[in-house]
Amino acid sequence: ILTAAKERGQLIFLEGLKSCLDLLFGEEEQSGQPSPLQFLSEGASDLKALFDFVRTSLTPAGSDSWKGPVLLVDDLSVLLSLGAAPVAVLDFIHYCRVVVCSQLKGNIVVLVHSNEDSEDEENELVVNSLCHHSDLILWVEGLATGFCKDVHGQIKIIRRVSLELTAEKDLVQVYQYKIQDKNVTFFARGLSAAVL
Amino acid sequence: MSEICCFKGHDLKFYWTINWVVILLGIFLLALTLLLFIFPKNKENQRCVVKIQVGDLSNKKEKIPTVLVFTEEDKYGLYSNLLFKYFLAEGVVCGHELFVASAKEHPDNILKELPAPLLDDTYRNELGEEATAVKSEDFQDSMKIAWRYQNLPKTEASPTSTKFGHYYDVSKTMPPELFQSRNWHSFYLPEELSLHPLPLHLPCKLTPARRAYTRLLQSIQRIIYQEGFDGSDPQKKQKNILRIGIQSLGSMLWGDDICSSDTPEDIHSLTKFLYVLRALLRKSLSACIITVPAHLIQNKAIMERVTNLSDMVVGLESFIGSERETNPLYKDYHGLVHVHQIPRLNSLICDVSDTKDLAFRLKRKLFTIEVRETVLFHYLEPKRWTYFLLHHQMMVNVAWHCFGVWDFTLK
Repeated sequence: ILTAAKERGQLIFLEGLKSCLDLLFGEEEQSGQPSPLQFLSEGASDLKALFDFVRTSLTPAGSDSWKGPVLLVDDLSVLLSLGAAPVAVLDFIHYCRVVVCSQLKGNIVVLVHSNEDSEDEENELVVNSLCHHSDLILWVEGLATGFCKDVHGQIKIIRRVSLELTAEKDLVQVYQYKIQDKNVTFFARGLSAAVL
Repeated sequence: MSEICCFKGHDLKFYWTINWVVILLGIFLLALTLLLFIFPKNKENQRCVVKIQVGDLSNKKEKIPTVLVFTEEDKYGLYSNLLFKYFLAEGVVCGHELFVASAKEHPDNILKELPAPLLDDTYRNELGEEATAVKSEDFQDSMKIAWRYQNLPKTEASPTSTKFGHYYDVSKTMPPELFQSRNWHSFYLPEELSLHPLPLHLPCKLTPARRAYTRLLQSIQRIIYQEGFDGSDPQKKQKNILRIGIQSLGSMLWGDDICSSDTPEDIHSLTKFLYVLRALLRKSLSACIITVPAHLIQNKAIMERVTNLSDMVVGLESFIGSERETNPLYKDYHGLVHVHQIPRLNSLICDVSDTKDLAFRLKRKLFTIEVRETVLFHYLEPKRWTYFLLHHQMMVNVAWHCFGVWDFTLK
């Protein structure tokens, strides 16, 4: 399905691993358009080229009729590993929000990695900041009791109702999950298939 | 007033009969529970074979996922060096091409020290010898509480008939004819830096680490392109795998100061290198093992990032010089194996084994990794778990050298 979507122009996939190879080992760019991953080679610490790529890809050209664009970022922590400053990453997300959410009425989904006792301060900064600004947080973690064959972890769904300034608390729902080869099953806590 | 129960003659007989019935019933139930325990145990006595296969890759039509394996070195680098050599030795025996990169030893010397493969029947004898030697030590003390296990049939220590990979004798080195006939490439940093100047289009302000890593990446990319591992040469009929081994990456010999300073000059050089390397691996038929002196890296954030960027991360903790050396629980072992990450390629889930406790030991000829089983009675006699290991030994013996070559069928 995804391949078909890609052909229709509905899905635009920026494959970071592939693009960085083209950038670093490929011949000189003839088209004059800078690569989205420009920050890798030049040591420039801003992600402007990446943002421009996102903006041009999602802004509807005349004939397109796609509605409600979605930007999926997998994974933001890697950008930090590649030399982008945390502020640059947050700026990038902010700019994307302005374009995708406010202007184009779309959604953004961002993946970040985090550890409970992480010593990666830059990463924690980005994660905390994103949590503050998000409308919905899907917090996936392993079970506190350790490894289990039937329940691989739990997911906390936090709806940031408090952002709407109506003096309501955030809604938190917790589910547990088990991952199979091609899909994931979710169930309420303590009600895994192994138990029932 | 105390009561005294007196039994009359015939009543006594009746009660004795009841007692006998109760005792017999008890023995019967005990025997039943023992049987229930013993038979499932027999099933578990089968060798647990890890699902890694090294097959004839040239015939396979399926896409072979490529894996970046990251090994955290133990304190003195002894055992990680051994695993590194196993990985390369398996490549030689399977006919893969090798690319060996090091800043410490010349790759020629590394290849001269690869362990010798045990071929066909000789390996069964070798393994049998090792196993019996170990067993005789432990049977000196008889078992007190877990007495029922003493009478269980001993399982053979040799692996099952499904062969996965090869076995090696670490006391002998590989005969030179074996690897000289193979195509292999080397990258020895001091040589490379002196021979080839830097290309001009790179920015001048490069730290020594960036220079070294860039040079290494260019070398790998050149080999992949020239030898056709990325499928760029359609005329190449025999598809082969490139096994890349990089020794002690991130150490000071590579020009990196992440092992010597809290605030390194370029904190991103290692992670950028790994990212681009992974891109190269994904694009070609290759697998890579990297050993890193993780215990020397001051900034732990780097290790976290590196873990996220690798497919598989394994840490070796040797007992040399630590308090665990004298711990009777570990008396037969030389260290622990910590698996931090397992690859999840082409599917959502990885092949997670039930056991997380792995210990390794270097015997006279073999390097084995064994599983610690939790046993019903282990809290009563903690030292008994070593006995169970003889039965439930997961001989992942040199299965690590099969890194990166997984058997996958895409549906």
